[in-house]
Amino acid sequence: MSEHESEHLLGYGIFMVVWLALIVLTGLTVVVAGVDLKAMTVTTALLIASIKTILVLMYFMHLKYEPKFFRIMVIIVVIALVTFIFITFLDVFFR
Amino acid sequence: MLNHAVAGAGYVDENYLEYQGKHKGILGWLLTTDHKRIGLLYMWSILSVFLVAVGIGFVMRLEQLTMGETVVDAQTYNSLFTLHGIIMVFMFIIPGIPAVFGNFIMPIQIGARDVYFPRINLLSWYCWLAGAVLAVIAVFAGSGSPDTGWTFYAPFSSRTGTNVVLALFAAFILGFSSILTGLNFVTTVHRMRAPGMTWFRLPLFVWGLYATAWIQILATPIVGITLLMVVAERVFNVGIFDAAKGGDPILYQHLFWIYSHPAVYIMILPGMGVISDIIPTFAKRTIFGYKAIAYSSLAIAISGSLVWGHHMFVSGQSYLVGVIFSAITFLVAIPSAIKVFNWVATLYKGSIDPQPPLLYSLTFIFLFMIGGFTGVMNGVLNVNVHVHDTYFVVAHFHYVMFGGTGFALFAAMHYWFPKMFGRIFNKKIAHIALAIMFVGFNMLYFTMLTMGYQGMPRRYYDHLPQFHTSHVVATVGSWVLIAGLLLMFWNLFRSIKKGEKVGDNPWGGATLEWQIPSPPPHENFEKIPYVDHEPYEFQKVEAGT
Amino acid sequence: MNNTMEVVESHHTDEGAKLGMWLFLFTELLLFGGMFILYSIYRAKHSQEFFLAASELNTFIGTFNTLVLLTSSLTVALSIEAYRRAHKKAAIWLLIATILMGLTFMVNKYIEWTAKIHHGIYPGSAELLSMSDGEMLFFNLYYVMTGLHGLHVVIGVGVLSFMLYFISKKPPEGEKFDKSAAIKLENSGLYWHLVDIIWIFLFPLFYLIS
Repeated sequence: MSEHESEHLLGYGIFMVVWLALIVLTGLTVVVAGVDLKAMTVTTALLIASIKTILVLMYFMHLKYEPKFFRIMVIIVVIALVTFIFITFLDVFFR
Repeated sequence: MLNHAVAGAGYVDENYLEYQGKHKGILGWLLTTDHKRIGLLYMWSILSVFLVAVGIGFVMRLEQLTMGETVVDAQTYNSLFTLHGIIMVFMFIIPGIPAVFGNFIMPIQIGARDVYFPRINLLSWYCWLAGAVLAVIAVFAGSGSPDTGWTFYAPFSSRTGTNVVLALFAAFILGFSSILTGLNFVTTVHRMRAPGMTWFRLPLFVWGLYATAWIQILATPIVGITLLMVVAERVFNVGIFDAAKGGDPILYQHLFWIYSHPAVYIMILPGMGVISDIIPTFAKRTIFGYKAIAYSSLAIAISGSLVWGHHMFVSGQSYLVGVIFSAITFLVAIPSAIKVFNWVATLYKGSIDPQPPLLYSLTFIFLFMIGGFTGVMNGVLNVNVHVHDTYFVVAHFHYVMFGGTGFALFAAMHYWFPKMFGRIFNKKIAHIALAIMFVGFNMLYFTMLTMGYQGMPRRYYDHLPQFHTSHVVATVGSWVLIAGLLLMFWNLFRSIKKGEKVGDNPWGGATLEWQIPSPPPHENFEKIPYVDHEPYEFQKVEAGT
Repeated sequence: MNNTMEVVESHHTDEGAKLGMWLFLFTELLLFGGMFILYSIYRAKHSQEFFLAASELNTFIGTFNTLVLLTSSLTVALSIEAYRRAHKKAAIWLLIATILMGLTFMVNKYIEWTAKIHHGIYPGSAELLSMSDGEMLFFNLYYVMTGLHGLHVVIGVGVLSFMLYFISKKPPEGEKFDKSAAIKLENSGLYWHLVDIIWIFLFPLFYLIS
């Protein structure tokens, strides 16, 4: 079963579609950067970057077709990083 | 990589010490990919640097035997405690049990012939060596041995003239060695368990190593980048932690401790795993609360990653975050306590066999508990203001790291040496050495608890008259401790060639390593076993099934 | 424990090598993660000055580099797909394209950096030290983060070049392609995609905040 999964061929088509989406999102993020969103600037930029990252992870890196364990681990790493940033913020901005 | 279409094809039953493979003689060791030989390579190198670091500790204690300068000046003393810390933390305790016993025993315990990446295993040892060599160069090269403490705090680490860059690169490479070990172990446990070896049939030593491996993978890179940034500060004048260039030195401490606190769990979890394996064997009962102990390893790993600021209560960090870190620090004690309760419960009404591995394990529990209690005490905010940077902290971490992991390592050596070398040490001497070490250890470190509480600062080469008696007691204690240590090592090392021979299972253990010959054959198993029972089922072992 | 069945010992499947690679990628994520922690704190503390400093960066080159890396991710993914379908020639050309795009990225980086350095903006320079705290931090972080990223691009180019050798070899008798070469190529691809992902975050955080 695992042999089957790892040999799962996606087809050239899906890669092209994902790539197109990535280019469009890049364009979007550049355009949005020119608009003054005040507090939402960082959030929007990070949101678009996250969507691009998820596309790369899921399709180019095959994460969608790997065992669930891999996806869980990526989420854990992200949560760990976010937690470290959050707690450090609680220090710096509440001194 | 071993590809056998049928089990046992090409099976070699020479033991791993005598085996002559592709490479002969010394190359057969330096280029080995046998996890057992790599475990031994690590053992010799790690114990060598341990003895060097003990020697440094001996000199440090000698300095404190009298007031004023005794044997070294202040600058040298600073370099001594820096080196003592770097060696002990990065070269001895962190690799310690995983690199030696994890490598040697774990694959056998899961019914495998080796780890998943044998060549990366060898590479991890060479990384360790490279780090050690760089550290030696850092000591002796032109600008003087580093004097920052093993913690390399900014801004002093960017400004001091000593060989900090070399030491940082040494630590970085040692970290890489640790990462490679962790990566190897996670992959091995996931992919190479014998048929029937479900997760909950794994020995608890493997659970301990597994949780440790995750911390090695996830936490080490953060200190890696932090140390690299200090290098960038020194070499390229990048001012990330330098207040003069807009930076915040407290952020250095955050990044440093985000790794270095979980690092202490890298140190203790394998040790606890050793104890969890030893106690059932010498109580002749299965472990009490297997799942609780397994899950507690994971709980310690996770919650232990959220307490790093308890090293920074007086650094200037916000009060808010101090309270949070303090609260979570109390929580971390709970899974550790669960383990202690379960070990004791295992002993209750067991058929106790007071052999050296058990006695060393009981000593572990006692000393680790003192370390654990004093840890919680350190975690109380207002107490910490008083004891931070005093000998109280020094005593605390020596109780957990030395009394804990150190003694767990000694217990592991006494437990598994007969398996590794097919010979047993002198049990009486083992007990005597333990007794001597116990006395010396407490003379040295309990005194430090009181001294610290009374205000004796750490990392000072001199002391005020009111601390003098304590220092003398502690120094004499260090001599007793070292005497016991040397006796213990002499007994163990002598047994490798001269000890009485033993069979497969001198202790009556139930885990897989006791079902193969001592010393193990090159490929561990003639046939990969099928596992159909829990790890500590002694009835089945005795019945010969 | 003498209850040993005849057990067929399996080959190492590619699942294990892939797991090992992902674990290594986690270490890389956290390596850069440490710097992202610093970036986020300093940016929140000095947001105006970060805006000011960011205007010194060339958004055009940054965007171009982003498109280059994204496309190189496409080509390496296509290369793996082609190799597994035994379209060896296509696989090789796609891999070469990936490598060339990686090199293009580095050329752009070189141009950017030398321009900055020419203007006296580099760690420790007098020009830098005369700036406000936030601006200094921005540029120090810029150099360290894009520098480390660039180092990873160079390593990635090296690794992918090695892979050219492996996938050019003849597959074993009767096989459509060499399975172990495919595994190596996939794992190298994973590394390359990670380098891309890091840039996906670096780009808006450094180039698009003005």
